Amino acid sequence: MTAPQVIRGRTWKFGANIDTDQIIPAKYAIYSLDEKELGKHAMEGVPGREGWAAKVTPGDILVADSNFGCGSSREIAPIAIRGAGISLVIADSYARIFFRNAINMGYPILQSPQAAEGVTEGDDLEVDLEAGIVRNFTRGDEYPCEPFPSFMNELIHMGGLVPWVRKRLQERRQLPGRR
Amino acid sequence: MAMTMTEKILARGAGRESVSPGDLVLAKVDFAMGHDLTIPPAGRIMREQMGAEKIWDPDRVAVTQDHFQPAKDAASATLGRLTREFSHDMGIKWYFEVGQGGICHTVLPENGLVLPGELVVGADSHSCTYGALNNFATGIGSTDLACVFALGELWFRVPETLKFVYHNRLREWVEAKDLILYVIGQIGVDGARSKAMEHVGEALKHIDMEARLTITNMAIEAGAKNGILEFDEVTRQYLEGRAKRPYTPVTSDPDATYEKVFEFDAEKVELGVAKPMSPDNYAPLSEVAGTRLDQVFIGSCTNSRITDLRRAAAVLDGHKVAPGVRLIITPSSHQVAIQAEKEGLIRVFLAAGAAWTTATCGACLGGHMGVLGEGEVCLSTTNRNFPGRMGHPKAMVYLSNPAVAAASAVTGVISHPGEVLKKMPAGIA
Repeated sequence: MTAPQVIRGRTWKFGANIDTDQIIPAKYAIYSLDEKELGKHAMEGVPGREGWAAKVTPGDILVADSNFGCGSSREIAPIAIRGAGISLVIADSYARIFFRNAINMGYPILQSPQAAEGVTEGDDLEVDLEAGIVRNFTRGDEYPCEPFPSFMNELIHMGGLVPWVRKRLQERRQLPGRR
Repeated sequence: MAMTMTEKILARGAGRESVSPGDLVLAKVDFAMGHDLTIPPAGRIMREQMGAEKIWDPDRVAVTQDHFQPAKDAASATLGRLTREFSHDMGIKWYFEVGQGGICHTVLPENGLVLPGELVVGADSHSCTYGALNNFATGIGSTDLACVFALGELWFRVPETLKFVYHNRLREWVEAKDLILYVIGQIGVDGARSKAMEHVGEALKHIDMEARLTITNMAIEAGAKNGILEFDEVTRQYLEGRAKRPYTPVTSDPDATYEKVFEFDAEKVELGVAKPMSPDNYAPLSEVAGTRLDQVFIGSCTNSRITDLRRAAAVLDGHKVAPGVRLIITPSSHQVAIQAEKEGLIRVFLAAGAAWTTATCGACLGGHMGVLGEGEVCLSTTNRNFPGRMGHPKAMVYLSNPAVAAASAVTGVISHPGEVLKKMPAGIA
């Protein structure tokens, strides 16, 4: 399963250094295996964003400033955002574990300082994942995205780390005597 | 080609002569860790989605029941059960049950499971702690951990290395915690984002292994991929009789490339705190002294090992917790608790009016046993004070070292430990 290549949606804008405990407060980690329940509480810990998830329309886009997703390694952070109905995250930059987790999940995630700077909440965006271009219809603007190294592109195209591991396990099984 | 310690470990793991920052490598993992919040999803992804039936090497995996255990509610009991069952089914050798382990980042080093020169991953962001033992250790997610379980290898981007040189020695009362809070205050919570923090210099020679673990523990609070120290006599002695496998230390080449070198005079570092709501919101203690407190928490993988508890007990001995304040002390492992009992520290804590808990992450991540309410102010020896980390998003958390925390519990306001104790006894300081 691969993600659609062009995504259009309305924007939610967040600031810098939004950490994983704000994205999904640790108390909800008891729902670690329930994406829908996690989604209901996404971004709940960001001051002033209580009840945010209920306002999201499936397909909306989340744009954030630098170091998005810093803090814990809990994969429930990107899972909660996806569970809330967000189709894509764009940020000036990401904390590394959040970034890894999203790529590993096959969840579309883009890095664009220009978009983070230019986008205001509510803007109507269209994102061409293949070309790495963000179009802002509200402002008539266009922002480039940082290209991913080829291995990460391969992972995203395959749908994440799960299919990649399945393939590698299969290759190993076909090579007897080697583990 | 000249390489840093971090580069050498990743090159060896990848089976390559050399690697450079920016390279994406597939590397063999020497040891992996997960806990009650990350094992249930990792186990499910590994078995149900990846289709793997067993773990690549059950002798090289540790699992702890620490975050929400002993179970704080029925849902966490389910996570505990899934963690227990998975560990049993997979034959994981280093499984630590409630009452026998404690917080992963104390349990692994104290059991000699993470060793110099190794490539270690843990499904917990503070896995960078182990780097004090001269290894490459980094936090990963649950899908990552499932990949490691299935294959014994994982993808890594080779990080640029930042070198931190500490000249001279820390002054009286000033601890490793004050040093790392100061450094994070200087470079910011994204100051080392995705990079390696290599700590060297004279000051570290006089810092024991437990305090070194405090320094690398907080690498993630600067956004780093890993924190790493050189191997020396302190490392060797700590591992003697403890290391579960033979090991090969690693050193950075003299002509290795660093993205940037930061130099600090350790003697100039003051007692300090991180103010709400970010670990990089550093202030010297003098600036916040007198701040009224509702709760003091001594615990976590950052500052609740035996040496931390000894300093806290030295301050608390013969004193009482101030009216209106509660002091919660959570040892970071069962072994730490046993040692604290032997040394009479628990008696001191109980006599002072502190709540002494079982070893768990507990209040640090707002799990249980000390969650903060709206508007409450807490001084904590933990690692993070982002909004909501220890409970209500409007709770205010200050981070400090354990002696400052203990003294502040006695006075009821943020205080210098010298106000309560004249001098830290020799052998404890």
